[in-house]
Amino acid sequence: MSTPEDDQTVEAEPAVAGATADAVRAGRPANGTPLLEVRGVTVHHGQLRALDHISLRVFAGEVYAIIGANGAGKSTLLRTIAGLHQPTEGSVLFDGKNMTRTRPERRATQGMVMVPEGRRLFPSLTVEENLKVGATHARKGQWTIERVYDMFAWMKERRTQLTAQLSGGEQQSVAIGRALVANPRMLLLDELSLGLAPVVVQRIYGMLPQILATGLTVLLVEQDVSQALRVASHIQCLLEGRTTLEGHPSDVTAEQVEAAYFGLGAAGAGGARGVPGPYRGAGSPSVRGGMPGGRPPGDTEPPGGAGSEPLCSGSTPSSRGC
Amino acid sequence: MSVVTETTARSEEKYRVTRSRRNVAWTGLGALAVVVVLALFPYIVYSGTTTIMVQAFIVLTLASMWNLLAGYAGLVSVGQQAFVGLGAYFVLILAIHGTSPFAALPVAAIVCGVAALPLWWLISRLRSGYFAIATWVLATTILLLIEKFPSIGGGTGMPLPGLSGFTPTLLDADTYWIGLAVTVVALAATYLLLRGRLGLVLTAIRDDEVAARSSGARVGLARMLVFVVAGIGCGAAGGVLAISQLQVQPNAVFSVQWTAEMAFAVIIGGLGTIEGPILGTIVYMVLQQTLASYNAWYLIILGLVAMFVALFARRGLWGLVDEHLHVRLFPVGYWLWVPDSDGRSRRSLRRGRHS
Amino acid sequence: MQWVNAIIQGVLTGGLYALFACGLSLMFGVMKVVNLAHGDLAIIGGYIAVGVIAVTHIPVLWSFVIVVPLMALLGYILQRTVLQAALDRSILTTLLVTFGLSVVIENGLLEFINADSHSLGAGNSIITSSFSIGSQITIAYLLLLIFVVAVVVLLGLQYFLSASKYGRLIRAVADDKEAAQLSGVDYRHEFGIAAAIAFGTVALAGIAYGMYSQFAPTTGTDTILLFAFAAVVIGGLGSLWGTLLGGVVLGVAQQIGAQINISDEVLAGYIVFLAVLVIRPQGLTARRGQS
Repeated sequence: MSTPEDDQTVEAEPAVAGATADAVRAGRPANGTPLLEVRGVTVHHGQLRALDHISLRVFAGEVYAIIGANGAGKSTLLRTIAGLHQPTEGSVLFDGKNMTRTRPERRATQGMVMVPEGRRLFPSLTVEENLKVGATHARKGQWTIERVYDMFAWMKERRTQLTAQLSGGEQQSVAIGRALVANPRMLLLDELSLGLAPVVVQRIYGMLPQILATGLTVLLVEQDVSQALRVASHIQCLLEGRTTLEGHPSDVTAEQVEAAYFGLGAAGAGGARGVPGPYRGAGSPSVRGGMPGGRPPGDTEPPGGAGSEPLCSGSTPSSRGC
Repeated sequence: MSVVTETTARSEEKYRVTRSRRNVAWTGLGALAVVVVLALFPYIVYSGTTTIMVQAFIVLTLASMWNLLAGYAGLVSVGQQAFVGLGAYFVLILAIHGTSPFAALPVAAIVCGVAALPLWWLISRLRSGYFAIATWVLATTILLLIEKFPSIGGGTGMPLPGLSGFTPTLLDADTYWIGLAVTVVALAATYLLLRGRLGLVLTAIRDDEVAARSSGARVGLARMLVFVVAGIGCGAAGGVLAISQLQVQPNAVFSVQWTAEMAFAVIIGGLGTIEGPILGTIVYMVLQQTLASYNAWYLIILGLVAMFVALFARRGLWGLVDEHLHVRLFPVGYWLWVPDSDGRSRRSLRRGRHS
Repeated sequence: MQWVNAIIQGVLTGGLYALFACGLSLMFGVMKVVNLAHGDLAIIGGYIAVGVIAVTHIPVLWSFVIVVPLMALLGYILQRTVLQAALDRSILTTLLVTFGLSVVIENGLLEFINADSHSLGAGNSIITSSFSIGSQITIAYLLLLIFVVAVVVLLGLQYFLSASKYGRLIRAVADDKEAAQLSGVDYRHEFGIAAAIAFGTVALAGIAYGMYSQFAPTTGTDTILLFAFAAVVIGGLGSLWGTLLGGVVLGVAQQIGAQINISDEVLAGYIVFLAVLVIRPQGLTARRGQS
């Protein structure tokens, strides 16, 4: 469904994202304070362990993407960071402060706002009312409802419509707008592309530079790997609740991503980043590219390298920056 | 009495699934012994005690029915007094036409079960909170309708015919025995129902209704069945009430106080366990006897305790016992036995929540 | 012509019933809580008014100035403490807890006051009298006033929900409380406000009822809760104006029943309620399929 006026940016050019990402990467301090830090977080859904000792660090200005298949634990991770799940172990630190026991609404007012999976707009409220709710406890900053209307040209005209009457892409825009008017420091985006046509998805991701330009940091979860690689300055791949890959998009090959995504590939190979970090968490040897989870029953030998491209091994430095 | 299945997994380890932790035959024998002793009461205790026991039987029967409804089927009914009243009135009607009230009681109970069907059809579509009030409205409506018939006593009620041929001692004893019989049947029926397929379906619904439905469980049918059974049980209790009171008064038999009593007994004793209502009835009777002269007080205290238990000790008194002793008098769940590493001694693993 | 009078009485009484019902409907709509003690709270409002009047000697009509805010505060506190704790457990727990509360309140009133009926009376003003239209229709000023108050309250509530900031927040948390949290909204506070409004309106209804008729400890459930519920179901869940319509239908049904047989007044109302449940379970104003 086409919107009355075409948006300016149609597609996030890889070059643009790459340039921003490079600059960010260059500035990624080894010892600086991350805006968001997750340390060894384990989350259970009842008896099911959804996340197993996950760690990550997001620095200001980054676009940090978490990718992985369905059920890998990506959304659970984001929801835990936002406060909707309590971890059984581990901690979440925002701007140096321990937020693990903080209620979600408090985290939002502290500057960490999530755009939830599936939009989750308020169906009995109009577009403008949805934005106003988002602005209720807003921090001071550049984003106002008017500015959101400027960014999404079609929105102002239809601000008195109920959100149920909007298309998927329009709803996603309203959901993002609702988060932006709170003037967060960090935006958590959960599966933006879900249920949207590729053109629409690109258009929405095309908004990212505008958002970043106002000083926001973005942590996003995305099933669409190529889209994530286009916009991210740092990626982390999850599989069955564990990290299988982590690094800068230009440092990983498609094969590595595929292997990490599906859990294939040679055991014992190195990860994209050879830099060990305390935040990587003990007990997640799979970061090095090994197979997470148990072997299939009956399988007594580690899968051989036949047919799969050798991944970086820790002992063989390559031009890919392992 | 134990069901044993063996499954092989991983290496040579064997898993066993049984119904109970220890041999249940002992519990069965114990229950039988209790029933026999209770049956002898009219020969060994004063009639004052048997009268109190009849009251306890009524409350216990009602409580086990309410527990079935709320603890297993997830139906909170605050209108079960409708069936108490209907049971009493059906006994009355049959007695007026010449049947002995004792013989009329089982018939009256069955008729209550039949009457439950149209009532279910009327209100089953309502969501849980509104379902609750609707049961109350139904009870009130039935009361108002019955009061319009002077032939069964109208608004003031009438004495129960067919009991004049009994000597007081025999009447007391017979009343006691029928109360005991109703209670034993109610508890046994509850136990057997929950042990079987219905119990599995209800537990599945309780844990996750959507998953239960998609596994093929007939949720609506299961709930309706429970509602009908509860109707029968409460109707039987109403019959006992009529016999023990020697009269049937509409405001007494249709009083919402019955719901308060059965609900509080269940909540305090332990919602969702079969043993809970027994414990709860004991607590209730103790409180009621102790505070007999302070009419409204025992209800106030019971109400406050029930609220507290509902909030902070979800599984009630029996839940506390169960947690520490891991004992089940009426085993309806399953135990999973996991072998130790040496493969010989077996350790038991608690499997599946019971409430 | 007696029928016309009966219908008019029924319509006006419907206003009172709508006042009973809007708090119940609001709490269910926002928090999914069915407060089984809803009617008893109205009676508590009535008893507090009796006490306040006895102490301060203010005119009956002004007792609501003290009682309503007091009850609203009580509602906020009860919601933030007991009811929220019950909600966090499960819907079943809220029913058990509110039922327990209802029994405790009723028996507490029985114990500490007595089983007699009380009436607030209507004071000495013009309110106590009635006026006539033609020879068959008599309307009590008090009943008319109650109807007007009910409509004003419903209008105010409608306006509050649709146009004010807190109304918007309440609608938002009613839609999706988790999403509201992500926008920085503490839904427990909004629930508290909704409960405060519910308790305030039901206290007002209790005072109105006490002026118009008599109340006793059990009136809370016998009359108020069941009538409120019937009005909500007849009118249709989720609509404030539906609640007014439901109240009116209930009132008219009762008055017509009374014309047929004086003792069948309450029964007639319930029969109509059951009929609506059978024929149009979603209520008279709801769209088909909505419940």
